[in-house]
This record gives sequence, C-alpha cells and structure tokens, in this order.
Amino acid sequence: MTNMQHVREGESEPALLLAEFDTAGECLHAAEKLRDAGYTQFDTHTPFPVHGMDQAMGLSDSKLGLIVFPIGLSGTALAFLMMHWMNNIDYPIIIGGKPASVASLPSMVPIMFELTILLSAFATVLGMFGLNRLPRHHHPIFNSARFESFSNDKFFVSVEATDPKFHVDKTKMLLEDLHPTSLEFIADDNEGGQDLESAAGANAPTNATGEGA
Amino acid sequence: MSAWNLPIKAIGETPLVGEGTTFKTVTDTVCRVTENKAPRGWWVAFLLAASFTGILLTAVAYLFWHGIGVWGNNAPVYWAWDITNFVWWIGIGHAGTLISAVLFLFRQKWRTAINRFAEAMTIFAVICALIFPGIHVGRIWHAYYMLPLPNEMSIWPNFKSPLIWDVFAVSTYFTVSLLFWYVGLVPDFATLRDRAQNRVRRIVYGTLALGWRGSNRHWQNYERAYLILAALSTPLVLSVHSVVSFDFATSLMPGWHTTIFPPYFVAGAVFSGFAMVMTLMLITRAVYGMRSLVLMKHLELMSKIILTTGSLVGYAYAMEFFIAWYGGNQYERFLFVNNRLTGPMAWAYWIMISCNVLSPQVFWFKKFRTSIPVMFVVSILVNIGMWFERFVIIVTSLYRDFLPSSWGYFRPTLIDIFTYAGTLGLFFTAFLLFIRWVPMIAIAEVKGVMPEADPHFGHDDGGHEDHESAGAIAEAEASS
Repeated sequence: MTNMQHVREGESEPALLLAEFDTAGECLHAAEKLRDAGYTQFDTHTPFPVHGMDQAMGLSDSKLGLIVFPIGLSGTALAFLMMHWMNNIDYPIIIGGKPASVASLPSMVPIMFELTILLSAFATVLGMFGLNRLPRHHHPIFNSARFESFSNDKFFVSVEATDPKFHVDKTKMLLEDLHPTSLEFIADDNEGGQDLESAAGANAPTNATGEGA
Repeated sequence: MSAWNLPIKAIGETPLVGEGTTFKTVTDTVCRVTENKAPRGWWVAFLLAASFTGILLTAVAYLFWHGIGVWGNNAPVYWAWDITNFVWWIGIGHAGTLISAVLFLFRQKWRTAINRFAEAMTIFAVICALIFPGIHVGRIWHAYYMLPLPNEMSIWPNFKSPLIWDVFAVSTYFTVSLLFWYVGLVPDFATLRDRAQNRVRRIVYGTLALGWRGSNRHWQNYERAYLILAALSTPLVLSVHSVVSFDFATSLMPGWHTTIFPPYFVAGAVFSGFAMVMTLMLITRAVYGMRSLVLMKHLELMSKIILTTGSLVGYAYAMEFFIAWYGGNQYERFLFVNNRLTGPMAWAYWIMISCNVLSPQVFWFKKFRTSIPVMFVVSILVNIGMWFERFVIIVTSLYRDFLPSSWGYFRPTLIDIFTYAGTLGLFFTAFLLFIRWVPMIAIAEVKGVMPEADPHFGHDDGGHEDHESAGAIAEAEASS
C-alpha cells in the first residue's frame, strides 16, 4: 500500500498501532471515532464484552446462527435415519405392537431431539472458534509488553496497518487526541512458531517502538 | 431499551460484588487460588477424597470379578442403590446447567458469581452418574449393548425403549455441558496465561486459552455462541431428567407409572443441585476468601430457589398421593399408603419428607435465609433427602411385589456402600483439582456485571449525546 512510504528509515514496518485506555467508556469512544473516520480493520481488546461495542465498531450481526441451524437440522435427520434404518429396515423389530415403520415416529422424538442439540452444540463451539480464527498460535499484538493487562483491567484499541485508511502519523494523531494511557506501534516479528515466549506476553519485544502519551 | 438490557443500577439493584472491588481485585482474588500453594486443608481433603476414589475402584473391580450378586439387589428389588445413585448424581448436575443456561436466558446477572462453580459440579456429577449404568450391566463386556451397535445376533438396540433414550440424553448432556464450560473458561484461561510466572503455566494455560486476545470481533461471536448454547442447554436440561423419569414412568409399576414424573424429576433435580452448590460454595467461599465476589445476596437468592423447588417437590409428593386416591387403582393406593406412608420402609419415606419438604421451609424467614450455619445444615439435609427420594421411588415400588408370596425387603451390602461413598470420593477429587487449577469464579463474566463495566459509568448524563458528537468531531478532523 501507499503508506509504506511513511515508515521511517531504520524501523521495521509496524503491524498495528495499539492504544491503551483505563475505562470501557474511553475504549468505546475510541472505537466510535475510528469507525466514524472510516477505519475498518481495527479492533478493541477488553477483559469482558463491552456493551454497545458492536455498534461502536460498526460490526454487522454475528453469522454464527447461520452455521448452527443447518447442522442442528442435520442432527435431527441423522437421528431419524439411524433409528429408521436400524429398527425398521435392516432388522425390523416389533415391540409392544408398535409397527416397524415411520408410524413409530413418536418413540423416535427423544433421540432426534438429543442429536439435534448435540450437533448444534458442536456447530456452535467449533463455528465460533472458526469464525474467530482460533486457536491461533501467535498474533503480533502479543509483542506488546503492555498487552497482557487486556485480560485484567485495561482496554485496548488496535488499528491494523493493512487498513486502507492507516497512516502512521494521522492514525497516531487521531488516537492521541483520545488521551490513551499508552500508544505504541507494534511490529510483526515474523517469527512464526519461534516466539512462544513473547506469545505469552511475558517479555518486551526488542523491535516495537513504545511511546507514552 | 428493554429491562434485560439495562445496566444493573438502572433496574434498582445493588451491585453484585463487594464494596471496593475493582477489575484488578477480581482477577487477583480468583487467580491467586491457582497460583499460590494449596492450603494444608486442601491436601487433607484431597488425600481423603483420593482414598475414597481408591475404594470406588476396588469396589468396582470386586463387582466385575464376582458379578452383581455382591450388591443387595435381589428378587423382588432388582433396581436399588445403583439406579438411586445414578438418578441422584444426574440430578445434582442439573443445577449447573440451570445456573449457566436458564438463569442466563432470564438475565439473572447474579449467576456470574456461582456459574463456573456449578458447571464444574455438573460435569463431575455426571461423570459419577455415568459410572452406574456402566457397571450395573453385570457382564461388563456387554456394556456396548447401550450403544447403537448390533449385538452378536446382528440385532440393533430397540429405540422404543426409554433406557436407550437415556443413554443419548445423558451423554449429550455431558458433552454439551463440557463444551459450555470450556467456552466459558477460554477468556479466564487467557487471564491465567497473561499472569503466568513460569514456563509450564504459560504453555499449559496458553494452550487452553487458544490464543484468546479479547478482541471484540471475537467477543461478538463468543457472546452469540454463549446465547445459542444457553438456548440449547435449557430444553436439554429439562429433557435429561424427563428422559430419566421415563425409565420409570413408561413402565407399568404402581408408583412409577405416573404422568407427573417428568416435571417432578426436573424440579427435584434442580433442588438437589442447588443444595449441593450451596454446600460446596459455603465451604469454598470461607476457605478461599471469596466473600467479596460471592455475597450474602447470592446465597440468599440460592436459598430462595431451594425453597421454591423444595415446595414444588412437596407439591409433587402431595399430588402423587392425591392421584393414588383419586385414580382409584387399588395397587397404586396400597403402594402409597401401605408400602410408603406406613409399612417396613416408612422410615425412608419420612426421612425424605422431613428433609425435602419440611427443612427448606425455614427459608421463608430472612433471618434463616441469611444465616450461613442454617443454610449449610439445610443444604446437607436436602442432599440426604433427595437421595432418599430416589431410593423411595425405586425400592418402595419394588419390595412388595404383586403377590404377597414374593414380598421382600432391601438391605444394601458393604459393596453398595463402598461404591456410593467411592463416587463421592471421585466427585470431590475432581472438584478439589478444579478448585486448585482452574479459575473457580468466571472472571470475565463477573467483571461484565460490575458497575464499572458499563461504558457510561461515571457519566450521569447518560453519555448518549457524547457518542453522537464523537462522530461529528471525527468528521471535522477528517476534513481538516
């Protein structure tokens, strides 16, 4: 992209700009400001889901339901086909005068229900992690030494360098106006599988430029 | 904005955490239990529980070697402690799902203080429950008969039998509870990962946290997943104990063949489960200093649920008697009056009534509802009473068969007692390990219901205009 030229000499290309806030309200406000300025590839990192953040970031509704519903229905169908084939076709069993046919559907209801729930639950959990692209071994954001407090009591906003609106100075100014407690560029160390230590957020990376605000 | 959506102060409720609690103290209070050395009492309890688990293994091995004859089950009582224990353990599990799913759908925010705890209890209770159908088949090498596999004559299981419905219901219940629990744990594992001081903790919790980074794009799908799981678990939990009750209700035994069974079993399950949550919570809260997160308010609400479900169970007992009289079936009437209310097994019936119906009635009074010793005693009594409820349902319906010549009595053997005590050991072993290594209170969820979690916290003007002007400022800046 064109913003490559804004990278100062001698520094690696920043992967994202990370701002830290003390309260959920400030974080929400920053998200609104980025949304209104036309940014699309930014994110907030909070210890718990902040109420109203989806609207503040301009996110559309979660697509998870679209994954779960068809898989749930296939659970219903699978249960029916299993019982129908086993008890009515492969080896018909007549118990208590109940016919070995679809007419015995009422006795199939409990297992059809259970398998609907079972497959839906797997679809929900795997679908959620799939949509979130988790598990993920590493993310450049973990290169920040401050980031580990996202899971404690701090609220972060990150803007990805791949955002078409991203501009090293302008984006920084925009976030500085919101008075974050810290603002830093985070570099992607491109180390892939080698950076387990920094993935846990324990060590400060050497190539991230930290800057207090 | 409807009421469920409003922050807690707007609906006139008091905060759900103690005074002076901040996000940081929530993290510290919960995490330090897994980070500090276990107190001496933990080791004592753990070794005790582990020895009982050893007794369980020995008793089960003995059972496998010798066969079902080592238990007290015999003509005419073919179902006894095995099924009693199975139903009791499954029932205990139900409170966890009720708290995590049903109270979530009803937006009962106080659930956050106890849900992790109760969900863990669900999983361990269901493990204990699943042991019994597995071992009571006698010839353990035929345990696969419970699965949808053909037997040696190529016959598939009979899907018109509630016993196989039960297999599907309970195994689905276990799987879904485990998934739900794990999903809830991921953000808290991330907290433990970020606090980790050594490499082992960093790798273990880092793996369990799956690279969670609190992203709102993730929280969005996460919250939707939580909602869907809650919506799935709610009918599931009702179905599980209903299906368990079908094992009895679809038979033609007096005392079992009643339509009230499904709701009656579900109410009893929630009742016993809440009692177990309360017993464990009172101990853990005191031992680990969780008083700022589990307030008297939470305990009082739990007492109210115990009172409600206890009264529902009492109503069901009364209704069974009414129908036995009103239905006019002489076997049914004989069973209720001569085999339960009076007769050689009446002692079990009256233990059940005093523990389940009478003891929770003290919770009508705020003084007892907020007294920890009273709560503790009542919760233990309810656990005992609910075990006796299942014992009464199963054994008193069987011990006097239709012909007086085949009347009998039930006495448990030592192996019965060892097996039951052993499952208690297994339950507490798992539970103590959970307390030691896993955040026992849902950190992220508790933070989410704190007043500070509200983005408008500290703005009395509601902050709404603020948000609109934010857009205007940004636009002005963009054009400048």
